Amino acid sequence: MKTSISKIILWLSVALLGASAVGGIALNRGESINALWFITAALCVYAIAYRFYAAWIAATVLSIDETRATPAERLNNGRDYVPTNRWIVFGHHFAAIAGPGPLVGPTLAAQFGYLPGTLWILFGAVLGGCVQDMVTLFFSTRRNGKSLGQMARDELGAIGGVAALMATFMIMIILIAVLGLVVVNAMKNSPWATSTVAATIPIAMLVGLYMYKLRPGRVLEGSILGVLLLLLAVAGGGWIDHQAGLRELFNHPGLPLAFAVIGYGFAAAILPVWMLLAPRDYLSTFVKLGTVTLLAAAIFLLRPEIKMPALTQFIDGSGPIFGGALFPFVFITIACGAISGFHSLIASGTTPKLLSNERDIRMIGYGGMLLEAMVAIMAMIAATVLDPGVFFAINSPAGVVGKEAADAVAKITSWGFPVTVEQMNLLAQQMGEATLFARTGGAPSLAVGMASIFGSAFGAGMLAMWYHFAIMFEAIFILTTLDAGTRVGRFMLQDMLGNIWPAMGRTSWYPSVLFSSAIVVAAWGYFLYIGVIDPNGGVNILWPLFGISNQILAAIALCAATGILVKSGKLRYAWITALPLTWLVIITSTASWQKLTSDDIRIGFLAAANSMSDKLAAGTLPPEKAAVAPQLIFNQQLDAVLVLFFLVMLWLIVGDTLRVCFRHLRGKPVPPLAETHYQETELERAWVRD
Amino acid sequence: MGTRLNLLNAARSLWHSIRELSGDDGYERYLQHHAAAHPDTPPLSRIDWFAHEQQQKWTGVKRCC
Repeated sequence: MKTSISKIILWLSVALLGASAVGGIALNRGESINALWFITAALCVYAIAYRFYAAWIAATVLSIDETRATPAERLNNGRDYVPTNRWIVFGHHFAAIAGPGPLVGPTLAAQFGYLPGTLWILFGAVLGGCVQDMVTLFFSTRRNGKSLGQMARDELGAIGGVAALMATFMIMIILIAVLGLVVVNAMKNSPWATSTVAATIPIAMLVGLYMYKLRPGRVLEGSILGVLLLLLAVAGGGWIDHQAGLRELFNHPGLPLAFAVIGYGFAAAILPVWMLLAPRDYLSTFVKLGTVTLLAAAIFLLRPEIKMPALTQFIDGSGPIFGGALFPFVFITIACGAISGFHSLIASGTTPKLLSNERDIRMIGYGGMLLEAMVAIMAMIAATVLDPGVFFAINSPAGVVGKEAADAVAKITSWGFPVTVEQMNLLAQQMGEATLFARTGGAPSLAVGMASIFGSAFGAGMLAMWYHFAIMFEAIFILTTLDAGTRVGRFMLQDMLGNIWPAMGRTSWYPSVLFSSAIVVAAWGYFLYIGVIDPNGGVNILWPLFGISNQILAAIALCAATGILVKSGKLRYAWITALPLTWLVIITSTASWQKLTSDDIRIGFLAAANSMSDKLAAGTLPPEKAAVAPQLIFNQQLDAVLVLFFLVMLWLIVGDTLRVCFRHLRGKPVPPLAETHYQETELERAWVRD
Repeated sequence: MGTRLNLLNAARSLWHSIRELSGDDGYERYLQHHAAAHPDTPPLSRIDWFAHEQQQKWTGVKRCC
C-alpha cells in the first residue's frame, strides 16, 4: 500500500502545482509573468487529464479491450494495415495532425490578451479536442478504420455523410487560402524570405530525385541532405538580400507572390507525389519536430517574461487583427490547439490501421492532441513575449492603423501599447527586413517572437538568421499542407464528378486530374487573391471562416460519436462528447450568426458589403479602394452565403443526431451499430513492442 | 563494461526507432512481410516499392492544418 500512498501524494502535488499555476496566470494583473508558469500549468493540467480523465474514458466509457484483435492485425497487408509499435504510430499521428494551425491561431488570439486563449487551449483541449481525437480513433478502429464520412453515414444516415463530405471540402478550400495568405504576407517585399521559400522548392525536388532515383527509399539520407540544404538556403537568402541586383529578383509586393503561390499550387498538385510533395513532407516533418523541440528548450533556458497583459480592451470586439468580441471569437480563432475537427479525419482512416492494440488509443488519440496543445501554448508564449505595441504594429493591417509608420505607431500608442517608429525600424533591421509594419497573418510576429527567444537563449548575434529560419519553418509546412490539401480536394472533386461522368472519377485520367486540380486551385486561389487585395489584410475575414468550418467539422465528429455512444447503451456517459458538442454548437452558431447579421462592419459580412456599396455609390472611397470595391463587396456577400451554408450543415447534422438518439431511446429502429465482431488477438505484445 | 554495453544497446535501439519512424527501413519491412505472406511471388524492386508506397501514402487526408 506504500506505493499507492506515495502515488496519491504525487498526484495531489501535481494538482496543487497546476492549480496554483493556472491561478497565477488567471489572477495576475499589472505585473509581468514568467512564461514558465504557462508551461507548468499546461504540464500539470495535461498530466492530470491524461492520467485520470483519459484513463476513465478508456476503461469505463469506451471499454477498451486489450484482448481484441485490431484491424491492423486482422487485415494486415503489409501496406496500409500494419501492426506498428505505439511510439511509431504516435510519431506518425502527431506529424499528421500538427500543422501551422496551432501556431497561427494563438498568435492572432493574443489580441485579447494572453489569458482567454491560454485558458481555452488548456481546458478546450482536455475536455474537447483530445476527447474528439480519442473517441474518433476508437470508433474508427472498431470499424476497420472507416473514415469519418463513412461512419457518419452508417451510424446516423445519409445527411451526416453528405455534411461531413461537404464540410471537409469547404474547410480544405478556406484553409489553403488562409495559409497561402499567411505565406504571402511573410514574403511580401522581403527578398530574404522570398528567396528562402523559393529555394525550398528545388531543394525538395532534389531530395525527391535522391529518394526515388539515386538511392530509392533511403529517406533518412535524403532528409538529412535536404535539411542541410534548407539551412544553407536560409543563410543564402541573407546573402542574396545584400546583392543589389539579385535582391530585386525576389522583391515583390503581395499580388505577384499570390499568383506565384497559386501557380505553384497547381503545378504541385499535378506532379507525381515523389517529385515534390513526398520529399517536402519529409523535410517539413524533420524541421517541425526539430524546431518545436528547440523552442521548448529555449523557453526553459531563457524563461522569458510575458509582456502582454492578461486581458486587453479588445475583448469588446474592437480589435485591430480581427473583429469580434471575446465570446465567441476566441474559441473560433483558436481551433487547432484546443479542438480541431480536421483531426477526426486523421484519427479515422490512417492511424487506426496501424494500431497493434486498442490499449494504445489513449496515448495516441488523447496524448497526441495534448502534445499539439503544448505547441499551441508555446506559440502563445512566443506571441506574448513581444512588447504589445510591437505585436500590434506587426499584426494590424494598414487598413486599420494607417499606411504610414507614424500614423500606425500613433494609433497603437493611443490604445495604451506604446511603440515608436525607431523601435520598429531597429527591430526590422535586426530581423533583416525593410519593414515589419502590417505583416498580418501571424507568421511574421511568431517568427519575431521565436527569433527573440532563440536569440536570447542561443546568442543574439544571429537574430536575422533566426527570424528567417522561423519563416522558412512555417512556410515549408504551410506549403506541404497547401499541396496535400489541393490533392485531397482534387480526389474529392473527382469522386463527386465521377457520379455525373464516370470518366472524371478515374483518379489517374490526366484530363480529369488537370480539370479537377484547376477547379480546386481556382477556388482557393480566388479567396487568396481577394485576401491580398483587401486593404484590411484578408486574414480578418478568412481566419474566422476557417475557424468556423473547422469547428463545424469537429461538431460533426462529435455528433457521430455521441450517436454511437447512445446507440451502444451508454447514454449516461454520452456527455463526454455531448458536452463539447453543445459548446461547439453554441460558439459556431453565435459566431456564424454575428458574421451574418452584425451591424458592425468589422464583424458582419453583409453590413460590410452594404456599407462599402453605399460609400462607392456616394463616391467617398479613395480611388485605389474604389477600384477593388466591387470585388470586395461580392466577396463579402459570398462569405455570408458560405457562413449560412456552414450553419445549415451544422444544424442539419445536429438535428439528425438528435433524431437518431431519440428514436433509439424510444425503442424505434435506427441504423444498427456498424462495429466489427470480436476476434481475440494473437499478437504477442513483446513482438510488436520491439 | 556493463554501462558501455547498455549505452551501445540504447544507441542501437534509438537508431532503430529513428529508421522506423522515418520509414527508412520500409523496404526491409516490406520484404519481411512479403516473404511471410506471399512466398510464392517475387517481391517488388526497391524503386517500384517506393513508388507504390508514396502513391498510397498520399491518397486521402494525410496532413492536417
